[in-house]
Amino acid sequence: MRRRHFLVLSAASIGGVLVYSLDRRASRLFAKDKSNQTLKIPLRFFTEEEALIVAAAAARIFPTDDSGPGAKEAGVVIYIDRQLAGPWGRDRYRYTQAPFDETAPREFGYQGAATPREAYREGLKALNGFDKLSPEEQDKKLREIENTHLFALLRENTIEGMFCDPVHGGNVDMVGWQLVGFPGPRMSNHDDLTKHFGEAFRPKPITLEQAIGRKVHATEDEDQKS
Amino acid sequence: MKTLPSTDVLIIGSGWTGLLMAKELSARTPLSITILERGRPRMAEYIDGMDELEFFVRKHMMQDPSTDAVALRYSANDKSRPVRQFGAFLPGTGVGGTGEHWGAVYPRLMPDCFEMHSKTIERYGKDKLPEDHSIQDWGITYQELEPYYARSEREVGISGKAGNLNGKKIEGGNVFEGQRSTEYPMPPTEVPYFPTLFGATAKSMGYHPFVNATAIPSQEYTNPDGVTRPPCAFCGFCERTPCMIGAKAQPTSVFLPVVRKRKSVTLRTGITVRRIVHDKGDEKGTKGGRARGVTYFDESGEEIFQPADLVILATYTLGNNHLLMLSGIGSPYDPSTGKGTLGKNLTHQLQFGVNVFMDKPLNRFMGAGGTGIRMADFDADVFDHSNVGFIRGGVIGATMTGIQPISGFGELPRSLKVPRWGSEWKKASIELYDRVANIGFGGEHIPYVGNYFDLDTTYKNPAGDPLLRMTINWRENERKMVEFMNAKMVEIGRAMGAKDVNPFPGYFNYDVTRYQSTHIQGGTIMAATPDRGVVNLHQQHWDVSNLFVIGASTFPNSGAANPTPTILALTYRTADTIIDKYLKQPGMLA
Repeated sequence: MRRRHFLVLSAASIGGVLVYSLDRRASRLFAKDKSNQTLKIPLRFFTEEEALIVAAAAARIFPTDDSGPGAKEAGVVIYIDRQLAGPWGRDRYRYTQAPFDETAPREFGYQGAATPREAYREGLKALNGFDKLSPEEQDKKLREIENTHLFALLRENTIEGMFCDPVHGGNVDMVGWQLVGFPGPRMSNHDDLTKHFGEAFRPKPITLEQAIGRKVHATEDEDQKS
Repeated sequence: MKTLPSTDVLIIGSGWTGLLMAKELSARTPLSITILERGRPRMAEYIDGMDELEFFVRKHMMQDPSTDAVALRYSANDKSRPVRQFGAFLPGTGVGGTGEHWGAVYPRLMPDCFEMHSKTIERYGKDKLPEDHSIQDWGITYQELEPYYARSEREVGISGKAGNLNGKKIEGGNVFEGQRSTEYPMPPTEVPYFPTLFGATAKSMGYHPFVNATAIPSQEYTNPDGVTRPPCAFCGFCERTPCMIGAKAQPTSVFLPVVRKRKSVTLRTGITVRRIVHDKGDEKGTKGGRARGVTYFDESGEEIFQPADLVILATYTLGNNHLLMLSGIGSPYDPSTGKGTLGKNLTHQLQFGVNVFMDKPLNRFMGAGGTGIRMADFDADVFDHSNVGFIRGGVIGATMTGIQPISGFGELPRSLKVPRWGSEWKKASIELYDRVANIGFGGEHIPYVGNYFDLDTTYKNPAGDPLLRMTINWRENERKMVEFMNAKMVEIGRAMGAKDVNPFPGYFNYDVTRYQSTHIQGGTIMAATPDRGVVNLHQQHWDVSNLFVIGASTFPNSGAANPTPTILALTYRTADTIIDKYLKQPGMLA
């Protein structure tokens, strides 16, 4: 059995929002005691070292800066960890019969053998110590791996973690949606469709669970023993 | 192998065509009908579809490639590779099939699309036909299909405005369309900001824009079967998802409510059909072949024989071809000799977009699959092709389907030289997020000798059967057509006041990763004689008279129009033929 790994974060470094949202989401988190300034988030797939590297890389891909919050506030690393632990991570929905062909033209999509779990685990070995580098050094390192399968996954998963429904662990407190003015699963725009020509119409966002008033099944939780 | 009691009619697939056939047969005959569906029952709560990650990104309504992939190559000389994840096209799975997650645009084919071969020669001469084409007339005409189009529009419930009503041209509708016998049952839907701008600009340029005909109700609608659907709420979760309020027409919201009440119909889910069991006819054709039923794996994996008197193959284009090939029914097409018919004329409707960057916010989260404006000024043979290096054409339009942020983030003008990640990219992507939209093109794909289906020789599915193989690539006609349309679309975008425009890079090699359309056609095409097609003009198999094959797999060529209306019109026509003629005297129909 896998040794339990936690992502240990300083509550101060990530602010109250994440504490609140993660706490609301899963009772097995240890953040209820607000006086405890450390958050221990149980990881499903990553080791703590891996999680720190992925969090750091996601924060360079989608940084926290003048244009608003980024991967850190959205909890992107938690999102990626859950996806990898779920059916997508083990390639449940990909055709995985050999022969594989890593040299296939781009137009045929990813033709390699590695599952997303394997691609992360293998690829992250080359990024050992990444989280301890300066932002400039981190960017330089990412530019070096820009054309790898791992980077393609990192970039894609970071965007997903920024903008997914919060039920999947990312987009905490809908920070991603607020960046772009997306209102989430709004039940009806019937009266607004033709009303706001040429001007921004920005209804207050809601999550799917808020919209329908019950728990939503997230596919990545399928592989978890509760 | 366990053998079940025989059923009168066996329908393979519970999408648009399978459910429609069950509805018609059960309404007008006492026959026992069994429908076999590979996927799951209809989802209990369609509201769960309002989750971009699960439905748009992970594609939960789509065929599962881990068990049902296809292989693909560019020519008979290339090695094939499996389509490991669907991208260019997205076949559905489960009750309702691909019709559950469609965009619900509902145009008829242009009349000359059924007679592409003879009409092209008539106007331009034989030399205008592209090299290596395999275009052939359908054998039926638009006029023959017109009443069935009209019936489908009433039952499915279509919003739109006629542009040619009994020969009278009406401004605001598609004035280039074939002659219609009836107005649409509902007025057109409302149109969001971006398509409205497109329409106004196109009109000012002398084009003839019209509001899309769509299976999105503009008002509450009750069809002739008594099925009522509410008006669309424009929630923006439409394509790739089911409709959360049952407004968008889907097989499960239009036909299933009727079929479910019929005691003569049984619907089994989780069924993987392996073979259509049949007796071959003799060589001389004096004794025709006969289907005896199907073998399938049930949900527990047990193999079962289900006997039947009449078999209707009603899956998506890929499944129709695959099952006939695995069952050894019909003569496989050989591109080197032109002999054989099964697998020929594989086409994939062209679709691409030009991204335009506007000054003002577009509120892109509001919309529905079909809500938009199109123009047919460059469709089919509407314009003179004498001085362009291609034949045929397509529609240009702007639709606001509802854009979500995972898929909608990060589209930037090519002129803006920023990296694909980091602070600069993030800032520009946020600023432009709600200011970019797409002018789209949907075009005709003509058939070629070298574009076809057969069985792959390398890759297999988990049951050990070879995957279906698509041999397909673009040719000069597509490349030139796309170049021509691209230029027109850029011109319209600029006239709309776009600050920047990203033209489409062009058609090079067929790209499995870029979503094009789920409009794959051909392989089991219809023809007036058995040497030219797999099924006759009633979609009855030429070699096996108690087997009908329905769906876009019987189209000899692709239209620019989305195929569902024509699929349904042909299905109504075949249902009538089966009930009025075949059942009275089973055998090969004249």
